[in-house]
Amino acid sequence: MKKKNNNIIERIIHGIFLLLGLVTIGCVLLITVYLVISGIPAIREIGLTEFLFGDTWASTAEEPLYGILPFILTSIYGTAGAILIGVPIGFLTAVYLAKMAPKKVKTVMGQAVSMLAGIPSVVYGLVGMMVLVPGIRELFNVPDGASLFSAIIVLAIMILPSIIKMSVTALEAVPKEYEDASLALGATPEETYFRVSVPAARSGIAAAVVLGVGRAIGEAMAVMMVAGNAANMPDSLFQSVRFLTTAVASEMSYSSGLQRQALFSIALVLFLFIMMINVVLNYFLKGEKK
Amino acid sequence: MKKIITLALAAIISLTALTSCGSSGKTVSTDGSTSMEKVIGALGESFMNANSGVTFTYNPTGSGSGIKAVQEGRCDIGLASRHLKPAEVESGLTETVLAYDGIAIIVNLENPVSDLDVETIAKIFTGEITNWSEIGGNDAEIVLIGREAGSGTRDGFESITGTEDACQYRQELTSTGDVITAVSQNPGAIGYASVASVKDTVKALTVGGVAPSNETILDGTYVIQRPFVLVTKADAELSAAAKAFFDYALSNEAHELINAAGVVPASN
Repeated sequence: MKKKNNNIIERIIHGIFLLLGLVTIGCVLLITVYLVISGIPAIREIGLTEFLFGDTWASTAEEPLYGILPFILTSIYGTAGAILIGVPIGFLTAVYLAKMAPKKVKTVMGQAVSMLAGIPSVVYGLVGMMVLVPGIRELFNVPDGASLFSAIIVLAIMILPSIIKMSVTALEAVPKEYEDASLALGATPEETYFRVSVPAARSGIAAAVVLGVGRAIGEAMAVMMVAGNAANMPDSLFQSVRFLTTAVASEMSYSSGLQRQALFSIALVLFLFIMMINVVLNYFLKGEKK
Repeated sequence: MKKIITLALAAIISLTALTSCGSSGKTVSTDGSTSMEKVIGALGESFMNANSGVTFTYNPTGSGSGIKAVQEGRCDIGLASRHLKPAEVESGLTETVLAYDGIAIIVNLENPVSDLDVETIAKIFTGEITNWSEIGGNDAEIVLIGREAGSGTRDGFESITGTEDACQYRQELTSTGDVITAVSQNPGAIGYASVASVKDTVKALTVGGVAPSNETILDGTYVIQRPFVLVTKADAELSAAAKAFFDYALSNEAHELINAAGVVPASN
């Protein structure tokens, strides 16, 4: 008798967990479907090429224009810039923290990184606006510091904690035997770290980079305060630009009609971007595992 | 013992979920213009002091967004720092002018320029004049700071200077406070903000020789001004609390507070 009861309880619990897992999938599906449904009408009315490749966004003008190429390029350049700066610094810091740092330095640095991770993005934006923007204006002698460059710096600092933490975890998970074998064969510690540990921790480090990219491309609040928000094509680093996220955030609250639908389409484009980046990076990960 | 403590804490925390049932819906929610922050803040505070049990809230989201909030029924009274557009009136909204506010043209404290006329201001903002030296200032590029497209302040400024859709902004910020901060940090910047919000972190220019003050706004000699309006639905009744606030704001008792906030009451 007891065995039968246990079986039923097992099944019920199994079912509950399955249900909870399905809730997560359900949420993702719901968001995807909603975005697609809300975003398609405007694209149909404006025309796909005109929308994606038009270089003027003037949603509240007499003759509205809805070209989002400036936003797409700005988001791409901004994320690329943040990755170019953030990944080397984060990665090398992680190698140092995981392998070479003395214990005291490691604890202090580790806590600093955790604190950096916990700072809300609005605070980054505020500090950027009060310190970074005037600083860039004076350092580079430009008329105004709110630009693509300040946004790149702020984004790079924001993605550092995620990259460092995940890379450290990945590096520490490398079996000690690999390193011992390398050292026994006569390699110096530095050679071991860069030629044995890092390649072994490759997938964890790649996951860290993906996380960083995701955070950078989705950041709205911090960049809204330091990037200037004029809908220009990002021709120069020191020009005022608007990101995809900021475009949606700054106009959503008062928009109506075609403008509002166009904003949903921007959100759809952003969503697809993130999906694409995830797929591409995962493909490279799997390809290397062979 | 631990279990009992945990259970007790959980029970206490779940009680907080019931607090919302207690308030009998006596709230007045306003939403909209960031320029009206001082006025509405003062009026709301004194209204709450006079009527205990009523909660007054103000959400600073910008004129365009405030009008939308009233349309969608998300707030009792919308706040806009411009007149309603014909399309908005047609969608069933009425406006009641609360006060008149001047829009100050602000420059950095280090800027030697202190007077400009409306045509020059228009030329600056459309990009015809690009260097301060052309108008008697230092040799520095002019940096234009403005507001987002749905802003009542921007709408008022652009309609009076005749620069709709033609302004070449370097930065488009989302509140009056942000514009003041940006101008105060950049020696070459020029921007516009509600007179009521300007403190001594920036310098307000005289327009055509006229400085913004209560008298010059009231008699119209300071030309760059716009109305602060309360937006309500034309066909729906306000709740008792909201109606009380509405009448209070327009009454003569409120004039002192409105004047103290730096704007000119309308119902004289």
